[in-house]
Amino acid sequence: MGNLLELRDVSKTFGEVAATHNVNFEVHQNEIVGLLGDNGAGKSTLVKLITGYHHPDPGGEIYWRGERIDRLTVPKARELGIEVVYQERALADKQSLWRNIFLGRELANRWGKLKIAEMRSETLKLMHSAMGFTSSAITPDSTVRNFSGGERQGVAITRALYFKAELVILDEPTMGLSLSETKKCLDFVDSIKRAGKSAIFIDHNIFHVYPVADRIVVLDRGTVAGQFMKNELTLEELIERLHHVAETGDLDMKKRSEK
Amino acid sequence: MSTADEGRPRSQTVTIGSVLKWARRYSVQLAIVAVALVVWLLFLIGSPRTFLAKDIYISFMTTTPYFALMAIPVTLVVITGEIDLSFPSVMAFGMAGFDIVYLATGSMWLGFITCLIFGLAAGYLNGVLVVKIGMPSLVATIGTQFLWRGVVLIITNGQGLDMTKIENTGLVNVLVGKIGGVIPMQFVWTIVVAAIIWFFLNRHRFGANIYLTGDNIESARLMGVAVGRTKTLTFMVTGLLAAFSGFVVSAAVLFFWPTLGEGYLLNTLASVFLGGTSVFGGTGTIFGTFVASFIIGAINAGIVAAGLTGFWTSAIYGFIIVVSVSIQTLLGKRLT
Repeated sequence: MGNLLELRDVSKTFGEVAATHNVNFEVHQNEIVGLLGDNGAGKSTLVKLITGYHHPDPGGEIYWRGERIDRLTVPKARELGIEVVYQERALADKQSLWRNIFLGRELANRWGKLKIAEMRSETLKLMHSAMGFTSSAITPDSTVRNFSGGERQGVAITRALYFKAELVILDEPTMGLSLSETKKCLDFVDSIKRAGKSAIFIDHNIFHVYPVADRIVVLDRGTVAGQFMKNELTLEELIERLHHVAETGDLDMKKRSEK
Repeated sequence: MSTADEGRPRSQTVTIGSVLKWARRYSVQLAIVAVALVVWLLFLIGSPRTFLAKDIYISFMTTTPYFALMAIPVTLVVITGEIDLSFPSVMAFGMAGFDIVYLATGSMWLGFITCLIFGLAAGYLNGVLVVKIGMPSLVATIGTQFLWRGVVLIITNGQGLDMTKIENTGLVNVLVGKIGGVIPMQFVWTIVVAAIIWFFLNRHRFGANIYLTGDNIESARLMGVAVGRTKTLTFMVTGLLAAFSGFVVSAAVLFFWPTLGEGYLLNTLASVFLGGTSVFGGTGTIFGTFVASFIIGAINAGIVAAGLTGFWTSAIYGFIIVVSVSIQTLLGKRLT
């Protein structure tokens, strides 16, 4: 499998604090990568580096399909096919559903004039086909302020899908969701795989990540503590290793036995 | 609450449901029209002789545009979640640019263009202070309000400029002449400006960015919206139109006073907030501000017609701002 995305020696410092340090990380085509790590491990910073929101410190390199991207910006990343479902869902509460679906990527002519009727009708189609909204109370013009957690998740995921993402990053997508909503979300990750696309699935909950991931990468204190293919470890072994990482900052169990 | 005046496909039959939907969608606009009607009826009852004659309406169309021309772009700034308090001084700053160039070259057109450029530059500076430096816009624009007023007084040495030499020129007639000897051109320009800004706010990507920036700036950033550029542009549009309004006011009276703009702060902001634009950003309409400007203009005339002294105007505008923003805040609390 070829690399879809590759980060080489990527660091990001904010003042004196190194949020990530010399991270080497790649996502292959048609691969689901589970990204695990405690609070402060650098997961969110890594996401923001991949999406062009933050720029790496000098020396770090980002490659997309083998080509180096000199200065990745958010619009550029979205153009390449990198979409993110953020943990706070990144929705604009007072705006309509259709404006949220097309947030930052409105359909417009070359002069910037919005194609409102088209965006509204596309949203209406997506409400039935992708978001599973059945209530007649919700229309493309409904503001998203009063949507439930699951509905908001549906909007954020649909948005990522609509723009034909090659790589979908899910940043703690199951946070605050009910059991049935969580299942829907995990089914969505499966559907990404079936569609031949790739995903980075970030979650605190190892029980959510393990079943859907092909490979698991563990971040700790801003560095990659280790990574392995899912079939190399059982869930119990993974849990044991994560405890080890929390203690030592290293995924390699041998070091612990040598000590 | 609707956030924008957006067109939609028309259905073939009109049902009660569709009317209710439409009313809910345009609730802010309908509310402001209702307020306008109530205010008008009150004045009509209170002072029928004044409000049944056409002169009062010509008077509204003459004087309301002076601040409506600024309230319309200030609406954009407020929707982005910021505020601009410098525009009264920018009116005079733009005219100081006219003053310098006109006296040096004798060219009215060159002076007019300089006036607009000064306005744009003042708006750009507000944008730099807020976006690049990171100052709160409230403080930044209070600072520039005093800065530009001081600069104007220094440039003009506190002296006014007699503009009678440009009376009856093409530019002055186009800006402040009267169509058929009745309809003031400044009223026409206010409609033109409102229509252009309405288009950009509701039908253009720039407007989409304005709403998103004010609604959730972090989401907007994460989704790749150029929030800094959007805010700067709204300040520049405000600066440009403040300078334009300054020229219109001066051309109407054929004199430029260095104190030009003083007295426009309250009625402009009252128009924006009474028009339903949220002080918290993310919502607001040009239609609301436009109608509210004329309500404010009417209140001013009504105070005089009702035999009250001019001292009442400040208290009433202040009251309108406090009540409008209180209602928005309470509604916001109910909805979250």
